[in-house]
Amino acid sequence: MRTLALSDEILLNIDKPARYIGNEINMVKKDPSTVDIRFAMCFPDVYEIGMSHLGIQILYSMFNQREDVYCERAYSPWGDLHKIMKERKIPLFTLETQSPVKDMDFLGITIQYEMCYTNILQILDLSQIPLLSSQRGEECPIVIGGGPCTYNPEPLADFFDMFYIGEGETRYGELFELYKSIRGQGGTRQEFLRAACKIPGIYVPSLYETTYQEDGTIASFQPKYEDVPAAVEKEVEMDVSHAPYPVKPLVPYIKITQDRVVLEIQRGCIRGCRFCQAGMVYRPTRERDVAVLKQYAQEMLKNTGHEEISLSSLSSSDYSQLPELVNFLVESKEQGVNISLPSLRIDAFSLEAMEKVQDIRKSSLTFAPEAGSQRLRDVINKGLTEETILHGAGMAFEGGWQKVKLYFMLGLPTENEDDMREIPRLADKIARRYYEIPKDRRNGKCQITISTSFFVPKPFTPFQWASMCQKEGYLARAKVVNEEMKAQLNRKSLKYNWHEADVTVLEGVFARGDRRVGQVLLKAYEKGCMFDAWTECFDNQKWMEAFQETGVSIDFYNLRQRELDEILPWDFIRCGVTKEFLTREWERAQRGQLTLNCKEACNGCGAMAYQGGVCLEHQN
Amino acid sequence: MAAGLWHIREVSVLNIRIKFQKYGVMKFIGHLDMMRYFQKAIRRAGIDIAYSGGYSPHQIMSFAAPLGVGITSDGEYFDIAVNSTKSSRESIEALNCAMAEGVSILEYKKLPDTAKTSMSLVAAADYLIYVKPEYAPSFLPQEELQGKIQEFYKGQPEILITKQTKKSQVEMDLKQFIYQMKAGDTPEHASGTLFLRVCTGSSNNIKPELVLETFCQFCGLTYQPAMFQIQRLEVYAKSDEIPVKGEKEQKAYRDYMAQLKASYEKQGKHVPEFLPLGALGEDIP
Repeated sequence: MRTLALSDEILLNIDKPARYIGNEINMVKKDPSTVDIRFAMCFPDVYEIGMSHLGIQILYSMFNQREDVYCERAYSPWGDLHKIMKERKIPLFTLETQSPVKDMDFLGITIQYEMCYTNILQILDLSQIPLLSSQRGEECPIVIGGGPCTYNPEPLADFFDMFYIGEGETRYGELFELYKSIRGQGGTRQEFLRAACKIPGIYVPSLYETTYQEDGTIASFQPKYEDVPAAVEKEVEMDVSHAPYPVKPLVPYIKITQDRVVLEIQRGCIRGCRFCQAGMVYRPTRERDVAVLKQYAQEMLKNTGHEEISLSSLSSSDYSQLPELVNFLVESKEQGVNISLPSLRIDAFSLEAMEKVQDIRKSSLTFAPEAGSQRLRDVINKGLTEETILHGAGMAFEGGWQKVKLYFMLGLPTENEDDMREIPRLADKIARRYYEIPKDRRNGKCQITISTSFFVPKPFTPFQWASMCQKEGYLARAKVVNEEMKAQLNRKSLKYNWHEADVTVLEGVFARGDRRVGQVLLKAYEKGCMFDAWTECFDNQKWMEAFQETGVSIDFYNLRQRELDEILPWDFIRCGVTKEFLTREWERAQRGQLTLNCKEACNGCGAMAYQGGVCLEHQN
Repeated sequence: MAAGLWHIREVSVLNIRIKFQKYGVMKFIGHLDMMRYFQKAIRRAGIDIAYSGGYSPHQIMSFAAPLGVGITSDGEYFDIAVNSTKSSRESIEALNCAMAEGVSILEYKKLPDTAKTSMSLVAAADYLIYVKPEYAPSFLPQEELQGKIQEFYKGQPEILITKQTKKSQVEMDLKQFIYQMKAGDTPEHASGTLFLRVCTGSSNNIKPELVLETFCQFCGLTYQPAMFQIQRLEVYAKSDEIPVKGEKEQKAYRDYMAQLKASYEKQGKHVPEFLPLGALGEDIP
């Protein structure tokens, strides 16, 4: 029988003890004494969020297929347990063997969003591992970060021993072999880090040095030693159909966010929306073979007992074998399996597919025009016209739907007041389309929900140079939208939701910050900031104090439009798309010029260098 | 032993009663999560479970008596409806292959199709309460415990407690709902083991913790919930009022009881007042 790290007395007095006991179906059990490398894989948020993440499941199953590695999991203890662990000095433990994380060889942390950065410090703190990489001794695990936020790892540079830039499937084997060989010969951490930085995709921040100009911008970013590579290449898995996939994913006891089988049908996106980091850094678009997907679907349903399967990709409609896959899944629906189809463009096929999979109840349809006016949609290269939206909504309304959700961003580059006012006007046009249906054929009122978020420029996008607004500027924009909404004919069928802007401002700083903003994170954590992505935990006051006390200027990072020749903190990473392409796109954006998608034409973004995926499919 | 009873009418689904054990770290999984766990386990095991009709079909499954978080059990029950089934032995094996460590399937029995769900049958449950090793020997020694139980249970004409409801406090007599209380005599828990049989079910559900707390107070001890491990041993239906629907079915039930009585008498015993829920089904060959 497994013994737990926490006593009954603790477990019975905290919320959801099942978060901390492991023992889920498909949990990997190994004898730790028989492996060479113990790896703690961590998602720095609460269990229900972390367990929903596909990437961790991929690496967990891939690592554990190796006989010499035992990969275990850890998530952020919720506030109630955090307090107890701090008071009683209980070290953070893995779920599998309930062993202290600090006894592992590696602590891998996936970094999915900026607002989890303080949770990373919590993980290190509870693990009783020094927060700063420079203070870690030989007995500490190697702390390695991965995930989308590592495309600008600099704000976290002081806290990590290394980062893995890019897709995880490719280089971990090499890294493990190197670790075994160096540790086997009695080598030190430093020796390992120095050797590891030569593996493509591996970035060891302590081996690089940044200098700054008087105006605060970066003067230079260089390796400290000659044998350290000046640039770090992103890793990319070119054979997605045969890449490792978790066909026996973990099945949790408590309800989690993504409580279903997840089939990743393709990686990357052909669209080239200029605000979207995923659409740039996951290039080239690579489809998984439909025969492989069908087999995965069956195996995974059988291995988990899940009653629902979801297709995952940045834009499912662009997957060329979608009809075949959906029809296959619809057939398995007879065995009580529900299918969810997110990220679909609304067209005849998708409406028919949804009709098939979603039973009689018609849930709401979602459109993400992102911008209200055609002008601004062209600026962001969202290839979606008003006509397409109204046509799609019209078809849906005729088919019996009556709820529509619309997603927009405020604060996009070049946005003017008219662009803002176009948001509710577009919603109103959709409502008008609904009321064109004769009364006897429609089902009461329609419900159009508008949600806006505030745009945060991300590294490796054409908007990486763009300036942001101050908090008040964002709220003023939301006010304009709200006002205009009240002027609409169908205002009673419209609903508008917007968010607070505090988080946006912080996301802006940490998305494009350099090494100097790391001290703000440290200060904020000291003040008790944690779970900042959770509205009930977020405390903006403490954050503002942290900026003030460290003397870091928010405005420097957010309000400046960066010059094209400025050295950006993430410039040392090669992620496929070239700076020339991003520059070209940034300039086209200012002129409102559209760029064709990857299936229509090659725009020479640079991802062709990987010699695969969509880049080789459409050469004629 | 109940052959013949179940051949009343042809039905399209079979009702199955499953008995399982829950121990180890699984005691931290709450009742609703256990239901979700079994929904998935049943699919993994390939049991041909029946689904309800309607807009969102769900597995036909109902649990007998919810078990509190922290309590282990040797006698948990739930009923399912299946379209077809393999033998009990094969089904138990398939289910056990789909179980997590800490859950074992003990029985898989066919029920008469007139039977009510286990939920509505539940009348009593047995519990064994012992002090966790890390707290031993901080409870009463066995001999003293026996004396205290005597005073508490046999010695008092009624055991009055006040129950906090949403609006007010109500006084109630706990004694009438405690069917048995004695010092346990299992060799593995030498000191301070307590056996309880209490009224369980939808009308008067007595939690073992409540009896334990009241007893601790009676003994002048501070009640520390984490000190005790409570283990449910069995869940019972009352043998003299097993509800069945319809005249034909009631006759079938009386015949069944007569058979049962005869089989007990053959061994020189009486039909017990409480029958384990599992005793109402029969193995599938």
